Amino acid sequence: MAKMTKHRLRSNTLPAVTMVGPVTLWLAFFVAIPLLYVLVMSFCSLDSGYNVVFEFTLANYKRLFDPNYVQIYMTSILVAFLTTVICILIGYPFSFLIARTTSKYKALLYMLVIIPFWTNSLIRIYGWRSFLGANGPLNNFLTSAHLADHPIQFLFNRGATVLGMVYCLFPFMVLPLYTSIEKLDKNLLEASADLGARKTSTFLRVIIPLTMSGIFSGSIMVFIPSLGYFFVADILGGGNSDVIGNLIERQFQSGNNWPLGAALSIILILITLLLVKFYQKLGGDMDSLGV
Amino acid sequence: MSEERKVIVEIKGVNKIYGKNHVVKDLDLDIYEGEFLTLLGSSGCGKTTTLRMVAGFEEPTSGTIKVENEDIHNKEPYERDVNTVFQSYALFPHMTVYDNVAYGLKMKKVKKAEIKERVTEMLDMVQLGGFEKRYPLQLSGGQKQRVAIARALINKPKVLLLDEPLGALDLKLRKQMQLELKRLQKKLNITFIYVTHDQEEALTMSDRICIMNDGVLQQVGTPSQIYESPRTRFVATFIGETNLFDGIVRAKQNGKLHINVESGDFCVPDEDFKNNEMLAVSVRPERMLYSAEPVEGFNLTGTVKDQIYVGSVLKTVVELPNGNEVKIERLAGQELPKGGMVYLHWNDGDAKLIHTFDDVFAGAVEDVVMQ
Repeated sequence: MAKMTKHRLRSNTLPAVTMVGPVTLWLAFFVAIPLLYVLVMSFCSLDSGYNVVFEFTLANYKRLFDPNYVQIYMTSILVAFLTTVICILIGYPFSFLIARTTSKYKALLYMLVIIPFWTNSLIRIYGWRSFLGANGPLNNFLTSAHLADHPIQFLFNRGATVLGMVYCLFPFMVLPLYTSIEKLDKNLLEASADLGARKTSTFLRVIIPLTMSGIFSGSIMVFIPSLGYFFVADILGGGNSDVIGNLIERQFQSGNNWPLGAALSIILILITLLLVKFYQKLGGDMDSLGV
Repeated sequence: MSEERKVIVEIKGVNKIYGKNHVVKDLDLDIYEGEFLTLLGSSGCGKTTTLRMVAGFEEPTSGTIKVENEDIHNKEPYERDVNTVFQSYALFPHMTVYDNVAYGLKMKKVKKAEIKERVTEMLDMVQLGGFEKRYPLQLSGGQKQRVAIARALINKPKVLLLDEPLGALDLKLRKQMQLELKRLQKKLNITFIYVTHDQEEALTMSDRICIMNDGVLQQVGTPSQIYESPRTRFVATFIGETNLFDGIVRAKQNGKLHINVESGDFCVPDEDFKNNEMLAVSVRPERMLYSAEPVEGFNLTGTVKDQIYVGSVLKTVVELPNGNEVKIERLAGQELPKGGMVYLHWNDGDAKLIHTFDDVFAGAVEDVVMQ
């Protein structure tokens, strides 16, 4: 199927539409219409009382180039980039271990990655905040063990934000990596060794290229959310390393500027789409993104 | 098999145990330089494990494996001068045919110009010239197989290990590849250790066949030795069809053994059997004779159960009084009425005597064929 045929509403498409009807309706009501609303909103103006008026303007988009905002985009992209790289560096050996272990604890190890999903991430992030706080267990331990004279300020910097992001998004890196490593044919590794390749050569020439799809999809699934996880930047970064998500959140909350927030959201969506498109161009598998 | 041939792989007292599974039991096997040796047996007989131990993917639980008199116990697979052709081909899917074949040479840091020359030559040899830029996914099964063979052979290994390499091909292609592999082996004069469960393939290609069952080496010999003089019941029934009778040595007289089988006695020149020893007698269906009238000497009587004409041969099934069935294959001949009486006999030398203690101690017996 080289070419996709264009869909037209013909008599034989009607049964198909009925079959996918409930899903279509769901998507229309809860995804398409809200998105459309955001798009429309992004072109609206505000009156003097900060009420939205349906008057077409490009002012919101012009404001996106405000240097303060650009600064935040940059920080956000940096945070997302660091988060992704750290997730790969920790996630790869971890996934490799659980994918290839013959231990009976394999399922348990896998579960340990999944279980945190079942708890609210907000609660877990607050957990980190109290753990790393000035009076938190870590600082108490360090001071009482005389490893530090006074509590160390772990929180409220970019490092803390990245830590929280890595912590929240780690499973999204591990799952696609695990899948791709699990799929790796053991015979190929043996063939490589058989042909005279040492372990590092096998890793670089066979394992990495063949698990690239996992690395890509993991990266996409970590990079994109970390642009938007404002609560992590809020709670652990303390406003010192805001991400694009914070910017948007602020427009809808304290800023009370919905049209600007909508324009920012549209930009975030566009960045996401671009990244996904890029991923697809590189031969990424859409299924492993869960889309 | 002359004595002065050089042993290239020496397997001595090798055992492999996985948990409770004793997969290879006390294996002793010498493989000679330049020969085509087949490890033959049904699945789970230990043949692939043996191959993998030579390749270095598995370590023997005990025993030694030497290649050119050097113990390879502590050598990683990448340090061994052997290469493997995998059952599933195991071609690198992200590399072109060229890169797959060049892989081993790149690992040895051979110069680019030489790699190019050798890859081109190798691909021509397996008739895949012009396929350099294709990816494995764009190849047919037979082509993948050729790439896998080229990729292994280009390294000029001392021994090439082949793990059921033709298993996934259709019959016609398999026959063609059998001849081609044999041709390559002769041309390059590389020792091949070939694993298969297909006895016909083994008989066609091998210089020697090593039959294994349940981890125990049953017999090593040329295809005709294996077929004509099976050493154990297993070999007799595994290679081709045969009729096995339980017998007993009644007497040893004047260099003759008197053997009782079913309802009669027959004589054969003395072999290494004792008085009153239980044994098995194997007579191949194509060596079994029959007639409507009793012949002079030893006869077995039976009734004709079935006779099937299959073109090249006439297959007859005869039921003995004790209910056992005897299979007979003759090139055409006298048709017999179903249910009629028939007399079975054989020429001297067509009945092969088999020690039955081999059934129990098969692994412990000296290899009579090789001596």
